[in-house]
Amino acid sequence: MVELIAKSAAAGLLPRQIGRVSLSEAVFRPITGISPYAGMVAQAAAAVTAAHGVGLPGPNRLVSGKGAEVLWVGRNRWLLIGPEPDPRLTETAALSDQSDAWVSVLISGADAAAVLARLTPLDLRDRGFAIGTSARSELFHMPAIIARTGAVEWRVMCFRSMARTLVKDLSVAAQSVAARAAL
Amino acid sequence: MRINCPTCGERDRREFYYGGAALARPAEDAGPQAWDAYLHLRDNPAGRAREWWFHESGCSAWLLVERNSVTHEVYGVALADGGRS
Repeated sequence: MVELIAKSAAAGLLPRQIGRVSLSEAVFRPITGISPYAGMVAQAAAAVTAAHGVGLPGPNRLVSGKGAEVLWVGRNRWLLIGPEPDPRLTETAALSDQSDAWVSVLISGADAAAVLARLTPLDLRDRGFAIGTSARSELFHMPAIIARTGAVEWRVMCFRSMARTLVKDLSVAAQSVAARAAL
Repeated sequence: MRINCPTCGERDRREFYYGGAALARPAEDAGPQAWDAYLHLRDNPAGRAREWWFHESGCSAWLLVERNSVTHEVYGVALADGGRS
């Protein structure tokens, strides 16, 4: 049988270093969408905790534990990143394999927040966006999940079909920030 | 204008999609005039208004927003479905 080589969503585009910001791709596999059945959020949260050691976080949060991470991505919708989902989760929630649906870009460096602030209306200051915050918003008119994973480290997840645009928009914003700093 | 989404917190207007005035739906047997008014006639108030907004780039919830269409002051925001899960 022919062995096909899978390309990551941003293959050939990243990593890049622009000014005081570095852009790199994070390849997450698998990614599973978790949508609890009507009225079964608590049961689904208990099942996810029992199977993967992390629960379903509240709005605008992500939680991570032993090789598993769960992001809130909307009302009663979560993404499980890392492990293969336990089959028992289907008793309380609808699961969907979204491994190939997303592109994830890590933005790190001293100017990371300044670059993102050019593209998204979110309040990215420490007060409103502490480490562990994961918000759904827009990034230059693209739907995006923006998470803060460190003091100067952020992750942006967009639909895979927009990977090239995402990298371009982030690069242009980073170049603008670097150009201003060089004045 | 910023809308305080009950789920996501205060967010910029760019994340929201306007869904029109929040009107009381006429009874099924209401006359054609009542339905005509419900479908086509709008008040276009300068001041306090009750409107539907959709948190398109956020939690995907429909919101009932009471706001001032002149000053953009927001008086109150509630989930359209009352918050069932």
